[in-house]
Amino acid sequence: MTDLDIPYTRYLDPEGEVTTELPAFAQDQSKLIELYRRMTFARRYDGKLTAMQRTGRIPSYAPELGEEAVRVGYATAMKKEDVLLGTYRDTAAMIVRGVTIDEDLMFWGGDERGNVYAGPAEDFPLTTPIATQTTQAVGVAYAFKLRGEKRVAVTTIGDGGSSKGDFYEAMNFAGAWHVPVVFIIINNQWAISMPRERQSAAKTLAQKGLAVGIPGEQVDGNDVIAVHDVVSRALEKARSGGGPTVVEVITYRLTDHSTADDASRYRDPDEVSAHWKNEPLIRLRTYLSESQAWNKEDEENLITTIDQEIEDGIAEYEAQEELPPEAMFDHMFAELPTDLKDQREAVMAEFSNSEENGHG
Amino acid sequence: MANQVLMPALSPTMTEGTLAKWLKKEGDAVQSGDVLAEIETDKATMELEAVDDGILGKIIVAEGSEGVAVNTPIAVIVDEGEDATSVEISAPPPPEPSPDPEPEVQAAPAQPAAPKPAIVSEDAYTGATISLTVREALRDAMAEEMRSDDTIFLMGEEVAEYQGAYKISQGLLEEFGGKRVIDTPITEHGFTGLGVGAAFGGLKPIVEFMTFNFAMQAMDHLINSAAKTLYMSGGQMGCPAVFRGANGAAAGVAAQHSQCYASWFAHVPGLKVVSPYSGEDAKGLLKSAIRDPNPIIFLENEILYGQSFEVPDDDDFTVPIGKAKIERSGSDITIIAYSIMVGVALEAAETLASEGIDAEVINLRSLRPLDIDTIVTSIKKTNRVVSVEEGWPVAGMGSEIAAITMEHAFDYLDAPVNRVCGEDVPMPYARNLEAATLPNVDKVVTAAKAVCYR
Repeated sequence: MTDLDIPYTRYLDPEGEVTTELPAFAQDQSKLIELYRRMTFARRYDGKLTAMQRTGRIPSYAPELGEEAVRVGYATAMKKEDVLLGTYRDTAAMIVRGVTIDEDLMFWGGDERGNVYAGPAEDFPLTTPIATQTTQAVGVAYAFKLRGEKRVAVTTIGDGGSSKGDFYEAMNFAGAWHVPVVFIIINNQWAISMPRERQSAAKTLAQKGLAVGIPGEQVDGNDVIAVHDVVSRALEKARSGGGPTVVEVITYRLTDHSTADDASRYRDPDEVSAHWKNEPLIRLRTYLSESQAWNKEDEENLITTIDQEIEDGIAEYEAQEELPPEAMFDHMFAELPTDLKDQREAVMAEFSNSEENGHG
Repeated sequence: MANQVLMPALSPTMTEGTLAKWLKKEGDAVQSGDVLAEIETDKATMELEAVDDGILGKIIVAEGSEGVAVNTPIAVIVDEGEDATSVEISAPPPPEPSPDPEPEVQAAPAQPAAPKPAIVSEDAYTGATISLTVREALRDAMAEEMRSDDTIFLMGEEVAEYQGAYKISQGLLEEFGGKRVIDTPITEHGFTGLGVGAAFGGLKPIVEFMTFNFAMQAMDHLINSAAKTLYMSGGQMGCPAVFRGANGAAAGVAAQHSQCYASWFAHVPGLKVVSPYSGEDAKGLLKSAIRDPNPIIFLENEILYGQSFEVPDDDDFTVPIGKAKIERSGSDITIIAYSIMVGVALEAAETLASEGIDAEVINLRSLRPLDIDTIVTSIKKTNRVVSVEEGWPVAGMGSEIAAITMEHAFDYLDAPVNRVCGEDVPMPYARNLEAATLPNVDKVVTAAKAVCYR
C-alpha cells in the first residue's frame, strides 16, 4: 500500500453476512447489541421529531433517516473527554454523547437553552454556517496539544461541506501542525439537491486529505461495526500523537434534506428504494438474529422502552417555562455593558406596560 | 559628474531609518546595481544599490547612524578623477508641492510636538512614564500578559520568525517559544477559525491580521462564531480572544488595502471593539482586551505604529474598555474622534483656539460599547458636536454619534451635528486624490466653525 491509497472498510454486507473477520470489539455480542439499541433509538427518535415538525410542535428538523450507523458508530468510538464539533444532522451522535432528549428538543423547538448541555459541556453547539466547525476543531485540537492532554477533537462535515474553503484550510493546518483531530466526511450522496458526482470530480472525498499530508480512508457508513472500528483507530492514532485522519463515511440520505425540503422533486424514487436495501439497521439485526443473539421479543421490548423514553423526554421539554423577554440580553457578553443594560430595562418596562394594558 | 545618493524610503509611511552598514568604502569603484549600504527601519532591512557607475567619492552619513531622514544625502558618487570634496552637499530637498490639502496623515511628525498643557492626563495614573512608540507599547502589552498567563498565545502571518509584518511582535518568539508565538499558513479564514476554536477550547489567542483588510475573509468566524456562541450556548462557551491588526488608511496602498472597519464591527452585538490612539491607549487597552472574557476587535493604525508617546511605566496599568478619554477639555464645541483622527482633532483644536473657539476633544477609545455618558455630558456642556473618522459616512461611527446625540441631548444642541468622514468613495490610489479623500485638520476646523456659525 502506498501513502496515496484510500483503503475501504466493511465487515457486514447489506444481507448481514460477514465479509471480513470482525474486529476484536465486535466479537463481543453485547457490544453489538448496544450499537443496535442506539441505532434503533436514533431511528425511532428521528421519526418522532419528523412527526412533531409535521404537526407544528417543533419548527424545523434535519432528519437522519438511513444514516444512523454513521453517528452511532463514531460517537460510540469517542471517549467522554474528547470534543465533538458536529453539524446540524448529528442528533444521534449528540444523544450518544449524553445530550438529553429534553435539551435536544429545546434546540429543535427553537430555544438557546437547547445548546446548554448538562452532559458533554465542552462539545460545541450546533452551527449552521457550513464548515466553520472544521477550522475551529483544529483550534480545539491545538489547545489539547499545547496543554499536553490526550484528547481528540472530532469534527463532521457533509459531502457538500467538503467543497468549502474552510475545510481545506482546516485540513492544511491540521497536517502542518500535526494536531489530534479526526475529520469525518459524512457522504450521504446529496447536498440538498446536488448529487455527489456533481459536487466534486475527486474520485473519493477522503483523498482530499492526501494533498496536505493527511491519510484518508473510506468506510461503509451503513455498517456500524466498520464505522466504529475505523473511527476508533483514527482516534487512537490521534490520541497517541500520530496526527490527523480524514474518514469518508459513505451512506445515503433516505429522506429530505430538512423538513423544509421535498427531495421527491429532484430525486428518482427508484434510486431511493434501491438504497433502502442497504439501510443500516436490517443488516445488523439480521446478523444478530442469525447469531441467536436477538429475537422478535427483544425487538418489541426495545421499541417499547425507547418509545417511553422519548415520550418522557417530550413531556419534560413541553413542561419548560418560556424565557422572559429580557432573557434576549442574556449571555451576549460575560458581563452586560452599560448601554445594553439600558436597552434591557427598556424591554422589561415595555413588556410590563403592555401586560398592564392588557396587550400582553 | 558627481551624483548624490539619498536616504531611500522603504514604504510610503517611512520617514526615517538607520544606516546600518556601508558595504563599499570611499574610493571604491562602483557599478550600477552594486550594493552600497544596508538600511534598516523598524519594519525591515533593505539593500541600497548604486544607480550610476563611478567612484564612491564621499560617505556623508556614517554607518550606525540612526534616525536618518528620508531624502537626506548620505554619499556622493563621482566620476573617475573627480574630486569628491568639491561637491556641494545640498540640504534635504523640500517636500514636493502637493495640491491642497496636504494629507495630515503623512505630515504627522514621528514625535509629537512639545506637550500641550491643555491635554488632560490619565486620571487614574500618577506614576512614572516612559516614552514608547505605539509599536513598542503593543508588544509590551502582549509580553506582560503572556508572562502572567500561559494560556495566551499569538498567531498570524509573519508574527514569529519575521517578528511581525509591522514588527509588532519583536522579541516574542525568543521569549515565549514557537508553541506560543506561531506563524500560520496564509489563510485568514483558517487561522481565525482556529483561534476561535482554541478560545472555545480554553486558550486565550491573540490573532494578528496583517491588516484588517484581510479580516474580511474571516468574517464568518468573527461574526457568526466568535460574537454569537456565548449567546447561543446559553453562556457555556465564551471566546476570550483578541483579533488585532492595522485598520484604516495607510498611505499609497489604494482601495483594497486602505479602509476603516470600525463601524462594521461596532455593529455586532457580542463583540467589543476598541481603537487606540496613543501609546498609553495601545498598551492599556490591549492589556484589558487580553484579560477580557469576550471577543475583542482591536483596531490599530499603521501610521501611528512609529509615533512615540509617554506611557505609564507600570505592568498593572490598564485602560478600561467602554470608557472614552477627554484628551483636551474645552467649552465651545465637542470634537469626537478615535484612532489617528484624535491627533487630527487635537491639532484642529489648537487652530480653533487661536481663533477663539475652545474645543473639547474626546478620544472614544472604545467603539463598542460606546461611552455614551462621556459623549452626552460633553455635548450638554458645549452644545455643539463634530465627529471625525476615516471611515465612510453611511452608517458610520458618526451616524451613531449623531443618533446618540438626538436621543440623549437634543434639547441641548445649538446646531445640528456635523460629521467629518472619509469621502464616500473607495480609497483612491492617486496621491492627491487620496489626500483629498481623508479627513484633515482643515476639514475639521471648517466643520467646527460651521457648527459654531463662524
